[in-house]
Amino acid sequence: MLAATSAPRIAPNKRTVLDARKRQFAKSTHGPEEYPHRLNFYVVPPSGDIALEQFEEWAIARLKVLAELESCQFRNRTPAETEEYMKPVLDKYMRLSSNASRSSDIEGERKRDHYSHWTLRLAFSSTADLRQRFARLEAQLFKLRMQSDDTRERQEFIKTLPMSWETLSEEEKATWLDQLKAATNVKRDEEESWFKVDWEKVPGLVERRQCLLKKGTAYVHVREQQTMVLNEFARQLETGLELSARFLPRMDEDNRLSPILHHLSQSFVAPDAGYTESSSIGDITIPTAAAIDGLAQHFPLCMQNLHRELRNNSHLKHFGRLQYTLFLKGIGLNLQECILFWRKSFKLIADDKFKSDYLYNIRHAYGDVGGDSNRRGKGYTPYSCQKLLTEPAPSAGQTHGCPYRTYSPDNLLTLLQAVGVTDRALLQGVREDVGKQRFHIACNRVFEHGHKGQLRKVKEEGLWAAGDLDTILHPNTYFKRSFLLKNLGKIKAGDLGVDGPESSSGGGREKMEE
Amino acid sequence: MPHATSPSPEAEATMNVEDSHMTDAPALPLEAEPSSDLAESQELPANGGTANLDSIFDDDDDDDEYSSSAPRKPEDSLQDIPQQVSKPKYSSPDILRQFYQRLFPFRPLFQWLNHSPTPQPDFQNREFAFVLPGGAYIRYQSFASADLFRKHVNPRDRKQLRKASAFRPVMKELVFDIDMTDYDPIRTCCSGAAICNKCWQFITMAVKVVDTALREDFGFQHILWVYSGRRGAHAWISDKRAREMDDTKRRSLANYLVLAMGNEQGKRGGIRRPLHPHIDRSLKILNPYFQTDVLADQDPWASTEQADKILQLLPDKGLTTALQKKWDSMPGRTSNQRWADIDAVAEAGHLSTMTAKQLVEAKQDIRLEYTYPRLDAEVSKKLNHLLKSPFVVHPGTGRVCVPIDTRDLEAFDPLSVPTVTELLREIDEWDNEHKDSMSADEKAKVQDWQKTRLKGYVEFFRGYVAGLLKEENKGKRGREEDVAAGADSMEF
Ligand SMILES: [Zn+2]
Repeated sequence: MLAATSAPRIAPNKRTVLDARKRQFAKSTHGPEEYPHRLNFYVVPPSGDIALEQFEEWAIARLKVLAELESCQFRNRTPAETEEYMKPVLDKYMRLSSNASRSSDIEGERKRDHYSHWTLRLAFSSTADLRQRFARLEAQLFKLRMQSDDTRERQEFIKTLPMSWETLSEEEKATWLDQLKAATNVKRDEEESWFKVDWEKVPGLVERRQCLLKKGTAYVHVREQQTMVLNEFARQLETGLELSARFLPRMDEDNRLSPILHHLSQSFVAPDAGYTESSSIGDITIPTAAAIDGLAQHFPLCMQNLHRELRNNSHLKHFGRLQYTLFLKGIGLNLQECILFWRKSFKLIADDKFKSDYLYNIRHAYGDVGGDSNRRGKGYTPYSCQKLLTEPAPSAGQTHGCPYRTYSPDNLLTLLQAVGVTDRALLQGVREDVGKQRFHIACNRVFEHGHKGQLRKVKEEGLWAAGDLDTILHPNTYFKRSFLLKNLGKIKAGDLGVDGPESSSGGGREKMEE
Repeated sequence: MPHATSPSPEAEATMNVEDSHMTDAPALPLEAEPSSDLAESQELPANGGTANLDSIFDDDDDDDEYSSSAPRKPEDSLQDIPQQVSKPKYSSPDILRQFYQRLFPFRPLFQWLNHSPTPQPDFQNREFAFVLPGGAYIRYQSFASADLFRKHVNPRDRKQLRKASAFRPVMKELVFDIDMTDYDPIRTCCSGAAICNKCWQFITMAVKVVDTALREDFGFQHILWVYSGRRGAHAWISDKRAREMDDTKRRSLANYLVLAMGNEQGKRGGIRRPLHPHIDRSLKILNPYFQTDVLADQDPWASTEQADKILQLLPDKGLTTALQKKWDSMPGRTSNQRWADIDAVAEAGHLSTMTAKQLVEAKQDIRLEYTYPRLDAEVSKKLNHLLKSPFVVHPGTGRVCVPIDTRDLEAFDPLSVPTVTELLREIDEWDNEHKDSMSADEKAKVQDWQKTRLKGYVEFFRGYVAGLLKEENKGKRGREEDVAAGADSMEF
C-alpha cells in the first residue's frame, strides 16, 4: 500500500487502540457504532478499536479521493464533469452504498468513511491553511454524496439533523404568501412550503435575494434545504477543526500516531502515491540500457531533465543519480542493465573510478548490497511526486527534484520548450499552475496535452477503467501511462520487440506533443 | 463654498480615520493594564491572515479625502512629513487642536465605540488610524481608555507604532458608504466634489431605502448616519449582531442591498420579476422622489442628446421610433413631459415587441436606475476597512462630520453643517455675549460645544449612544460594577 515515506513506519500487526474519543472530547458511548444513514455529519468521533495499519490505509484512501476532488477544482471542471470524473474514483476508493442497495458491506463502508474522516481531521487540523483546505474538500465530498443519495434516504437523514429551522405555520404562510412567492421565486409546480432561520445561516440566499427577510429572520423555500445542510456541514466541520487543533498537542504524546498524522498532512502538498510493481513495463517488454534513450519520450519532466543533463555532461550528481536510478528501476530496468546504462553514460570516467565511486550506490539502490533490511526490501522505492515536492530544494549545480517546483517560471518554460512542449495556451496554463504552487497539476496538464488523442480514444472506446485515468502522482505512473497510451494498438496486438516499442534508439528527444 | 472648489487638499486632520475592532496580543505596552478577561472575552478571529496594507489602502479612497499628492506611507514615521505649500485656514494644526480639545465629544464617542460607559475590550482593542499632514497614515493604534485616546489625539505625545501583524479584525460595526460621485452619471446640477440641495436628495433617498431595509429586513436598531463632511453619508450599525458579522455575511448583506443595473450599456437590466419584496418596497419609497427630485429638479432628459438616453433604456423599436418622431417635432420638452409621452405613445398603439406589462417593468427599471441607492459596497464587505469617524473635521471642507437624524431626514442640509472655524468663532461670540450676564461659576458649567451649533448634533449623538448602551447593558449587566471605580478617571 504505502511505500517509501520519510516518516518512520509502525510495525504492522502490532495492534493498537485508537481511541480518538479519549483524546478528543469525552462524549459518545462505547460499543460498536451504528450507521443508519449513508451520509454522516461526523459529529461523534469513532470509539471502536482499529489496527494502526487500517487507520492509515483508510485515511490514505480518503486522501486520494480528496486530492482528486481538488484536482477537479484546479482544472476548473464543471460540477457535472466533476461528478462524472469522481464517480469511478469514489467507487474505487471509498464506496458508500445506500440502504436500498442491499450491499453486504454497508456497515464496513460507513465505518471506513467515519474513521478515515476523523483521522484526516486530526492530521489536517494543525494549521489554518490545512484546516481550510480540508474543510472545503470535505464539504465538496459531502455535497457529491448528498446529491447522489437516494431521495427518501436523504430526507430521513436531514430529519435527524439538529438544525434550527422551523417550518412556517399555515397562518404565517397565508399572511406573507405573495411576498414569500416573490422573494423565493417559486415556480408554478413547486410546493408552497417555507421554513425560518436566522439570516446569517443563509448568507448566499440573502446575497442573491432568494429569500424573504423580516427582522433578521430569513424565510427560505424548502428547495434550499440541501444547500443549508451543506453549509451547516461546513460550519460544524470548521468549528470541529478548530477544536481538534487545540487538542492536537496532546496527540503528540502517542508516538505511534503522530508520524502517521504527520505523513498524512505532508500528503496534502501533493497526495502521496506509492510505487507499485504495475508501473514497470516488465510485463510487456524487457527494457534494456540501450532502450532508455528511446523510452525517455515517455518520462515526466523531472526524469527527462535528468536524462538530458546526463547526456549533455556525461555525468549526474549524487541525488540526481539516486532519483534517476530508482526511477529506472521502477520502469523495470534490472540491475545489470542499470549498471550498464550508467557505465556507458559516464563515458568520461575510467572503469576503476566508476567501480569505486558509483557502482556501490547503484547496487545499494537495488538492494543488492547493504544491510539486511535493505536487501530484504529490495533497496529503495522509486520516489513519488510528493517526495520530490517536499524534499529540500536542490542547490546550485544539482538537477534533481521536480522542475515544476525548482525552476523559475521562465526557465521552466524554456525547459519545456526544449523538450518539445510549445503550445502557448498550455504553457500559459503551466505558468499559472506553478504560480499557485500546483506543481503536480502543471505536470498532469502537460501529460494530458501530450496524450490528448490517445486519451480521447481510450475514453470513447471505454478501453480503460476510469480509475486508471486519475491524477498522476508518481513519475513511474506517468511513464507507464504514457507508454501504454502511445502503444495502444501494438500492445493489444502483442507487437512489441525486445528493445521496446518505437526503438528508434538514439533519437530519444522526440517531441512530446502530437 | 470651500467644498465646491477645494482642489485635492492636503490631508491635515490630526485624528481622522477610525474603526475596526481588533483582537491582538493582549500584553502590549500600553499605559494601562488591559482587563484580565480580555483574552477570554474575545471572539475567535473570524478571518485569518494579517492585513495586507496595500490592499487595504487600495480601496480606501471612499470620499477622496485622502488623495493627496504625496504618496501614501501606511507605516510612516513621524519625521517624514512633507511641508505644506498652502493650506486652508481650517486645517491649520492650531485650529484643529483647539477643535479636538474644546469641541470634540470624546466621551459619547468613546461610549459609542465601547458599547459601555467603562473601558471594555471593545474599545481597547479597536484600531484607530491617524492621518498625518501630507496624507500619510498611522494605523494600528489602540488605547486602553478614553483618556489615553484623547491624549493621543493631542499630537504631542504619540506612542510608538504597534506591529500590524498584531491586529486581526474580528469585530466592528457594519458600515455603509454612499458617495455622490457614484451619482455623477445621473445628476445634472453638479459634478465631482460639488453638491447642492438638489442632488443631496439622492443621498436622502439612499439613506431612506437602506435604513428601512436594515431595520425591517435585518432587524437592526442602532443605526447611526453620519455626514461624511463633503458629499456623502456613512452608516454605522452598532447592533451586536451586526458587529459580529464576518466578511462573508458583510458581503452578503451589502450585495442584498446593491442592485446591479445593466442599463448603462443600453440593455435591459437584469432585475428579476416578480420584484423581490425589498426592491418592491424600495420602489414604493422612491416613487415620489422620482417625480419631484429626478424628473422635475434634475430634469435628466431635457436636451435632445439626453433624451437619447431614455430611448436606449426602452427596448422596443416601435415605441422608440414613435417617441423620436414626436420629440423631433416638439423640441424643448421637459423630462416630466417625456416620461408621460412614453405611456401616451404606447397607448396609441406603437408597441411592437413589448407587452404592456413589459413596458411597466421597463419603466420600473428606469425609475430604479435613477433613484435606487448607489452604494460603495466594497466598504461594507470587509472587516478591515477604515471609515472616517463621526465628529472629525473633513480636511477638504472644514465641515464637521455630524450625525444625521433620520427621523427628520428631509431637514438635514449639508450646506449648513458648521465648519470648524465657524464653531470656534461661535464660542468667542458666546463668551462675548455672556461676558457680563453670567457669573464665572455659571459660565464654567457651560461646555464649549454647548455654545455652538454643534450642540444639537452632540445632544442627538448622546441620545443615540444612550439608547445603544441601554440595549448593551441588558446583555451584560454586572460587568460594569466590577470596574465602576475606573469610570471616574475618565471625566472630560
Ligand atoms: Zn447638485
